[in-house]
Amino acid sequence: MRKTLFESLTQGPLTEPPPAPGRVALSELARHVNRAARARLGRSLSIRHVDAGSCNGCELELHALSNAFYDLERFGLRFVASPRHADVLTVSGPVTKSMREALMRTYNAMPDPKWVVAIGGCAVDGGIFAGSYAVVGGVKDVLPVDLHVRGCPPSPTEILKGLIALLEHVSE
Amino acid sequence: MNLLNSITHGGTANRHNPWPRADVVEDGWQQAIDLLTQGHCTLLGLWGDSPLVHMALLGDNAADIAVLSYTCKDGKYPSVAARHPPAIRLERAIRDLFGLEADGAPDTRTWLDLGFWDVRYPLGESAPAYKSKPYEFLPAEGEGLHQIPVGPVHAGIIEPGHFRFTANGEYMVRLEQRLGWVHKGIEKLFEGASLEKAGKLAARTSGDSTVAYAFAFAQAAEAALQINPPPRAVYLRALMAEIERLANHFGDIGAICNDASFSLMHAQCGILRERCLRAAGACFGHRLMMDAIVPGGVASDIAPPGLLQVRDLLAEVRRVFPRLIELYDNTASLQDRTVTTGIVKPELARQFGAGGFIGRACGRKFDVRRTPGYAPYDTLRFDVPVFEAGDVNARVWIRIREVEQSLFLIDQILEALPNGKLKTALKPNGRPCEGMALAEAFRGDVLVWLRLDDNGRVTRCHLRDASWFQWPLLEAAIEGNIVADFPLCNKSFNCSYSGHDL
Repeated sequence: MRKTLFESLTQGPLTEPPPAPGRVALSELARHVNRAARARLGRSLSIRHVDAGSCNGCELELHALSNAFYDLERFGLRFVASPRHADVLTVSGPVTKSMREALMRTYNAMPDPKWVVAIGGCAVDGGIFAGSYAVVGGVKDVLPVDLHVRGCPPSPTEILKGLIALLEHVSE
Repeated sequence: MNLLNSITHGGTANRHNPWPRADVVEDGWQQAIDLLTQGHCTLLGLWGDSPLVHMALLGDNAADIAVLSYTCKDGKYPSVAARHPPAIRLERAIRDLFGLEADGAPDTRTWLDLGFWDVRYPLGESAPAYKSKPYEFLPAEGEGLHQIPVGPVHAGIIEPGHFRFTANGEYMVRLEQRLGWVHKGIEKLFEGASLEKAGKLAARTSGDSTVAYAFAFAQAAEAALQINPPPRAVYLRALMAEIERLANHFGDIGAICNDASFSLMHAQCGILRERCLRAAGACFGHRLMMDAIVPGGVASDIAPPGLLQVRDLLAEVRRVFPRLIELYDNTASLQDRTVTTGIVKPELARQFGAGGFIGRACGRKFDVRRTPGYAPYDTLRFDVPVFEAGDVNARVWIRIREVEQSLFLIDQILEALPNGKLKTALKPNGRPCEGMALAEAFRGDVLVWLRLDDNGRVTRCHLRDASWFQWPLLEAAIEGNIVADFPLCNKSFNCSYSGHDL
């Protein structure tokens, strides 16, 4: 263990410079986030994630955000376990009929002000699963969505761009 | 022993490849269940195809595979689960999707239909949904027992599922799973889909195993159409499959240690996982390699800079990983959590036909890359590591040993990578045809069975994740462990929710 720790000290961090906030994301947010809410938060957001029916691909890339290369927490962004502690709800997957109520309950458990970020192509409109008897559709069919991060799945960098845009916009 | 020789059947289907499919009536069906209960064969799958129910079996000698088809009478077939419990959830799923009833089934509660759909029996003769009665969990009786309901929304970034724990103080006396929350109706979406669209659906059945699913689906389609992918495509498929295995095993090893609060391993394994995904992205243009395998071959060739990145990846893993293994092995506080925790009994693993690291951690030496085997693994050298203890520690060690085997396999693949075409054209053969395939995902065997019509469109496709036979063992393994060890056990199983719920 000592050797691994020493090496971490000497070799310098693997963490990469942050990507610029996504331009598309900024313009989408400009329409949604109100100025009053921004003032209350400062540069820190707690994120609660719900998989509402994804294939788990998006979850893998959300997990990757916490690794040494992306180091999500340096931006003041962190994943929390309870919706009661969250400012942002990220949702992946087409929303299945079976998960619709659980998703709404999670959203309702969050304190105001709050934002919803739909992660991945399925979360936009149901993606390849749209039209199924078991699928409601995109997240916007169930909750008000402030930002969409597209991709199947979006890479960690793409997700980061969206979240940084949200952060910048909120604390502007 | 040849399976079909010991089962009374009415002849085998034409154009079902590569293994035979035979029509049976009551006596043949019961003989098959006899073989299952006596341990002479293993249940590979059980699925509906109205008005038929198919049962796939794996014989004593693991290359001996057969499918039996029973034509339901008045929507009923004789229950397999009545005598062979591993079929319980499969029969419940068949009823929810097709409305076909298992006569004499021990458990008639719903499974995938949680009461939120607008239709009943969506793949059979569908009818409007009706108000179902509340789900009854199995009882646990005794003094001082309390229940802990968890989910479907969990605390971490994981898939949804409901767990009902009954505990006596710290000790768990019963865990009951209730799954189906991410059911997307995938098998219905396959109906009438082109092979191209169907391949994309298969690749999104369980994102962590997207390569394995696309691999199995492509093989099943190729078996049905009786075509062979070019050799270069076959080797590239295996390269993808092994990179996927590496990435997932690194993720799992780190995450298991993290659930025992040993975050150093988590951070270090996370770096290795990210390097795998970056190499995959550089080679095939997608970090998870989604849609890189297509029926007939592969979507694109490996990018030359990607090849260099794979060689760098191998060198880096060989430099760093041995030290991490040593760290895992020499940290007593970590071993204290993983050794003797969540033991799976070998008899159960054998009875359920549990594949992957769950079966191999308790003595079931089964890997479909070896038996029945498929190209190009039949020409590559590798060991199938097996441990006996069946605890969390053994499941970690299987992953460690498989990482080593995957490195060795990638060496051989890069060495032997043939030149040539990437794709064989898909020609519908003008007649309905059926195909079946097994591929080894990181968590175990994926089974794909499909039927194509005369124009090469999918009329029925069934996907069976390894998790179907692994989830029930988690319920058994957890008994007598403390509540705080559940995350550790669950992570060491790492069953798929999406792959199971479909």
